[in-house]
Amino acid sequence: MSSDVRFTDFKSDKQPTWCPGCGDFGTMNGMMKALAETGNDPDNTFIVAGIGCSGKIGTYMRSYALHGVHGRALPVGTGVKLANPDLEVMVAGGDGDGYSIGAGHFVHAVRRNVDMTYVVMDNRIYGLTKGQASPTSRSDFETSTTPEGPQQPPVNPLALALASGATFIAQSFSTDAQRHAEIVQEAIEHDGFGFVNVFSPCVTFNDVDTYDYFRDNLVDVAEEGHDPTDYDAAKDKILDASKEYQGVIWQSEKSIPYGEKHGLDTNTSEIDDGAPEGAMDLVREFY
Amino acid sequence: MPADFNWAIGGEAGDGIDSTGKIFAQALSRAGRHVFTSKDFASRIRGGYTAYKVRTAVDPVQSVVDRLDVLIALTPRTIEENLDELHEGSVIIYDGERTTMENVEIPEGMIGLDVPLKRLAEEAGGAIMRNVVALGAACEVSDFPIENLDSALEKRFGSKGQSLVDNNKEAARAGRDYVAAEYDHEFEYELETTDADYVLLNGDEAIGMGAIAAGCKFYAGYPITPATDVMEYLTGRIERFGGHVVQAEDELSAINIALGAARAGARSMTATSGPGIDLMAETFGLVATSETPLVIVDVMRSGPSTGMPTKQEQGDLNMMLYGGHGEIPRFVLGPTTISECFWKTVEAFNLAEKYQTPVYIAADLAMAVTEQTFPPEAFDMDEVEIDRGKVVDEESIEEWQNEKGQFKPHALTEDGVSPRAFPGTDGGVHMSTGLEHDELGRRTEDTEMRVEQVDKRTRKVETAREEEDLSPREFGDEDSENLVISWGSNEGAMTEAIRFLEEEGIDVRFLSVPYLFPRPDLTEAVEAAENVVVVECNATGQFADVVEHDTLSRVDRVNKYDGVRFKADELAGEIKAALQEADQ
Repeated sequence: MSSDVRFTDFKSDKQPTWCPGCGDFGTMNGMMKALAETGNDPDNTFIVAGIGCSGKIGTYMRSYALHGVHGRALPVGTGVKLANPDLEVMVAGGDGDGYSIGAGHFVHAVRRNVDMTYVVMDNRIYGLTKGQASPTSRSDFETSTTPEGPQQPPVNPLALALASGATFIAQSFSTDAQRHAEIVQEAIEHDGFGFVNVFSPCVTFNDVDTYDYFRDNLVDVAEEGHDPTDYDAAKDKILDASKEYQGVIWQSEKSIPYGEKHGLDTNTSEIDDGAPEGAMDLVREFY
Repeated sequence: MPADFNWAIGGEAGDGIDSTGKIFAQALSRAGRHVFTSKDFASRIRGGYTAYKVRTAVDPVQSVVDRLDVLIALTPRTIEENLDELHEGSVIIYDGERTTMENVEIPEGMIGLDVPLKRLAEEAGGAIMRNVVALGAACEVSDFPIENLDSALEKRFGSKGQSLVDNNKEAARAGRDYVAAEYDHEFEYELETTDADYVLLNGDEAIGMGAIAAGCKFYAGYPITPATDVMEYLTGRIERFGGHVVQAEDELSAINIALGAARAGARSMTATSGPGIDLMAETFGLVATSETPLVIVDVMRSGPSTGMPTKQEQGDLNMMLYGGHGEIPRFVLGPTTISECFWKTVEAFNLAEKYQTPVYIAADLAMAVTEQTFPPEAFDMDEVEIDRGKVVDEESIEEWQNEKGQFKPHALTEDGVSPRAFPGTDGGVHMSTGLEHDELGRRTEDTEMRVEQVDKRTRKVETAREEEDLSPREFGDEDSENLVISWGSNEGAMTEAIRFLEEEGIDVRFLSVPYLFPRPDLTEAVEAAENVVVVECNATGQFADVVEHDTLSRVDRVNKYDGVRFKADELAGEIKAALQEADQ
């Protein structure tokens, strides 16, 4: 790992095909900054992404990466991190990817508390399939597949995480570059599963949850003197539907990452030339 | 006296049938006798008929037969269920003092031994030991020295204290002594012991052991019958060798966790049964396209849908051969015996890494959950070889970089296999994706590159056909005009069926095929034979279809899909009938 890594080292030479003005540019830049700030370099970083606009991030960043299938990025990240704890693992997904098709994996990844960072680019719409309702869309949000709105309450990702036993819950706004990068950095530094829901507006299909909307409604919990280790205070913030919050909302001081709990501290890519020493004992057990 | 002895204990699930059967099987194995076990069990935890059957002989036994010499019947239904296999002189041990057993009628010609199992067990220290009392009675009937039972009882109960072991030994002796005192009968059996050392294990355990032997460090799975034994075996053992097991939230997660570990460079595996393979199909394509080495075990059971979860079938072949959208290079290995479950698993890891593909291990319930004895050398760890394929390091990486210093994980090569850089390798940074990609792993829809990448992946199969020995295992008379072909667990029954057929003057050449894709070219063998019969446990003859496709010849089929494995004598009859029909 070199000490003079700049965030641009995490930039690939591929030009993003996101729409001009897409929130994902800011989200990605913040991730790269946070990785560089925490002393990582592309050779020890592994990015996993799912499908959708968010899923393209592995192409635009430079690191070891896997662009997987829809909704399954968290399990892949889990496998990477547990098999080689030396790697810095960051999983990126969208609101559809993470809270719809991947909702089950989200709950269990949170429970497992593997030491990795999960960044969800939440634009409250399906962008790449051209504008259908997502699990975080408002119940009256009219789209091509929900002409009268979904008529169901949106998923509250932070509440879902809290209920699943999360040890780190944060939210940020992609265009508030400095704060967003700081928050992702705190997620990386957290010992355990660092979850960041990022408001990453879709300028093409979502005319409700816009930059202006978030600018007008966003409250930074740090400015309110919020103590993220205060569970009840965190719960109140998370369940408060009247405002949009950014900042680290909940961080458990008792987090023990999965790997530490199970004594996983070695890179398992190295193996013996033949059967491991003592393997014949396995046969003798069957006498 | 017949060369082999067939024994069973049956009752309700929850009666301890499984552990009692296992104790006796282990006692026989430790006494230097060969053992082959089979299980009838229902998909429920308590209640419902269940049985554990043991066939034993001094010579190797490789299948079950349609005969029972001694039956311990804990319920009246046990007798009904096994009536077909009982014969004149069969011994039925039962507890006539039990209310449900007091009016039991012993079929004519059979010997009923009414032994107060519960009462004797209570006298020895607890009613729970009534099955062990029955084992003692069975020892007397089969003239099997009861001391051989002791070590198996120690193995089973040793961790729970010496007094429990002693009580069980006493219970066994009570059963033996009761039969000796109460029944003045000459039984025709004599289970001789030998000095041979055998190990007794099932196919799932052999797969788990093979994985550890091959350096597998990562297993992710979701419990499903009949594959769960693989996970249970690895849990608590793989850790001793630096590995780890994750119980995932579902099969979709299991294969993706396993994929992640494999991308990190670990030898990685998942195991499931048909319904789980269905769920994994999407990621299977990703594994292949991202060229990630991964071993996926399918322990087949009766389908479709939830089918019969605790019953035998070989119905998933087509899914393993063709499953997944698009066209996917893969290996499908089909171990044919329990020891081959071990060796094919070792080989699966080598093939997965050498060719950077997913590798299916097509196991089946009949092989996976039943036990067989082997000399320990059958699992000689010194014979295990490891081939990690084209792994590059910091020194060799330059060769695989483009002019901008970017690593090419999907470089177009002659053999179809590209270099592999484990994450953490300086200069090896790359991404991989399920999208069609260029040599760098980046998405492309360029028509030329698309064709080149498809061809490259397909070339792996051609390379394997040239480099790997895909030969079938051959038995019987190589000059016979009758050719029998099978795959999976049918090999054992078929090798014994050959002997039954010989007794009737019918010779056969038997090919047992362990490589289902890529597979050996059977054209020559098929063309040389007059009659060709393909034997498999499914209704439509999935492998027979493949043989017809490959050899451009019609074949006859023997299919069994009632949920029960082939028995050697039954299979001989089926083959004989198929050959006679062909001759008409």
